[in-house]
Amino acid sequence: MPDTAPAEAVATASPTAEPVLSVRNLSVSFPGRRGVLKALDDISFDLAPGEILGMVGESGAGKSMTGLAVQRLLEPPGHISGGEVHLLGARIDQLPESQMERLRGKQIGAIFQDPLTSLNPLFTVGHQIAETIRVHLGASRREAMDQARDLLRRVGIPSPDERVNHYPHQFSGGMRQRVVIALALAAQPRLIIADEPTTALDVSIQAQIMSLLRRLCDETGVAMLLVTHDMGVIAQTADRIAVMYAGRLIELAPVQEVLRQPRHPYTRGLIGAIPALRKRVPRLTQIDGSMPRLDAIPPGCAFNPRCPDAGPRCRVDRPELTATPTGIVACWMNAGGVT
Amino acid sequence: MLAFLIKRIGSAILVMLAVAFLAFLIFAVAGDPVEMMVNEQATQADRDALRERLGLDQPFLVQYFTFVINAAQGEFGISYQTQRDVMSLIASRLPATLELVFIASMLSLIVGIPLGVITAIHRGKWFSEGLQFLSIFGVSLPSFVIAILLILVFSVWLGWAPGFGRGETVALGWWTTGLLTPSGRNAIILPAIALALYEITLVMRIVRAEMLEVLRSDFVKFARARGVPRRIIHYRHALRNCLMPVATLTAMNFGTLIAFALVTETVFQWPGMGLLFIQAVLNLDFPIMAAYLVIISAIFVTLNTLVDIIYAVIDPRLRQEKV
Repeated sequence: MPDTAPAEAVATASPTAEPVLSVRNLSVSFPGRRGVLKALDDISFDLAPGEILGMVGESGAGKSMTGLAVQRLLEPPGHISGGEVHLLGARIDQLPESQMERLRGKQIGAIFQDPLTSLNPLFTVGHQIAETIRVHLGASRREAMDQARDLLRRVGIPSPDERVNHYPHQFSGGMRQRVVIALALAAQPRLIIADEPTTALDVSIQAQIMSLLRRLCDETGVAMLLVTHDMGVIAQTADRIAVMYAGRLIELAPVQEVLRQPRHPYTRGLIGAIPALRKRVPRLTQIDGSMPRLDAIPPGCAFNPRCPDAGPRCRVDRPELTATPTGIVACWMNAGGVT
Repeated sequence: MLAFLIKRIGSAILVMLAVAFLAFLIFAVAGDPVEMMVNEQATQADRDALRERLGLDQPFLVQYFTFVINAAQGEFGISYQTQRDVMSLIASRLPATLELVFIASMLSLIVGIPLGVITAIHRGKWFSEGLQFLSIFGVSLPSFVIAILLILVFSVWLGWAPGFGRGETVALGWWTTGLLTPSGRNAIILPAIALALYEITLVMRIVRAEMLEVLRSDFVKFARARGVPRRIIHYRHALRNCLMPVATLTAMNFGTLIAFALVTETVFQWPGMGLLFIQAVLNLDFPIMAAYLVIISAIFVTLNTLVDIIYAVIDPRLRQEKV
């Protein structure tokens, strides 16, 4: 049985009582020829209404995997091998596919990385938005198209009456991502999973899209899991940060606290790697080495070979998540020392 | 665009000239037509008169140009066998062939597209792999074998549909159609299936390959993430993105089907151009053979040129590269 201590620690780190999304001890496995790979290992977190939880980490750390697991869109043979996912208090990780299909789009909106390829090139954006509305809310064609226009207006697309009949290729990248956001909002979901929503966009557009997302969360109370490798985006938008490393959650705390005082050495490395605009730093810090492959995770703390502060204990025992004054962290320095 | 048009149409004309030359060669290499047309009691004067009437006393190149100019006007001379105008003979047979090919094309789309979608969606399941395996037979079995099997099973054993002829026909101006009478509709079933089988497997395989490609795309994943039901994802979002190559294949293969129809028509005694051609071969009726070759090639070349031009209209990049 998994230790319940980290789950309790998460609950204390969560600001409100009734979470939109509650993930408990979630594990995702990929059975392969050379044994089972654990892509996610015992992840727990909560998401409150209107909250944006930023999830950061390197490629392969399990950020996107977390989002896909919640939506149950894992590519086979990947599957949830442990833990629970609760949406609005109801357990959803064991629902049959037919019921899950009804939740997707309705309760859980999605935003993908590349707006260029997320939209079907052969249908107008209005058609695609109206389709989502009709599938989930059972509106008539005309009502759905009216709502599609309203949605386009809400996500800041100029002259939506005209634009609703345009095809995806007639929009710029930033405008297209706004269409994708309109699609995510179409059925008034309670949770949005945004997987690298600004990575494919110009920097100047990124800020616009992020402030749009922030505004929508504040207005509608929709909670958002914001998956990104971009610390800057998270610092600007998120309420809390979850740091992932090698399929494990290693730190979770409010953004300001993490930026001010990162507790995990890996988080510290990530923040040190953000270029500051006002200060002139002689050299950005970098984290030596690279994240271990999932079939070669070292014993003890997964980060220990790259950690500047690692002690003998880090190479033997795996640190559990323990409470800090503001959040949780999985590091022996927070749990009695590294020796 | 104009330069592209001129180039495409120019090369189409060149191809047609080459085909006309080959068709014309039939006359040159196949012996003396005069000997075949006259009876044994004809005098030398009779033979010379006929030779002159047919223009066979002219030099080779002059004869070729006369042939090309006449062919361009639809003049292919007179059938040796029936002494009737070749062009009107072929025109009377054209509707039967075109109807057969049209029905076979429709059949290949109506059956091939759903099969392709199903085998793509259920990849790895036994019936999907089974269909995929069966389709190898569709591609590799000669169409006359299929035709004979169909006649044996459905016409001889079961008696469901006639195994030969076209049934009753109705004349609409110069076009005769069998599609308006019950016996005509019955008669077209078996030959259309025999002709379509190869095309069905082609359509199925191309749809399957395209579907597998499209199902991996982001917009399909995104459609799933916004809760669009699978059925709609498969048959609306994914399938629609597969149809472009299918349309091309169908248009391009229309000519191939007309050529293939030759075998099917022979087995089913379907009174189309192909049967006319086979009978002409048996009777050494050269004008009909030459006319058939030229007309079939013209259909082929026209379809190919049209597809090329339509592509260039759709995709400006093609225009650039080819000019």
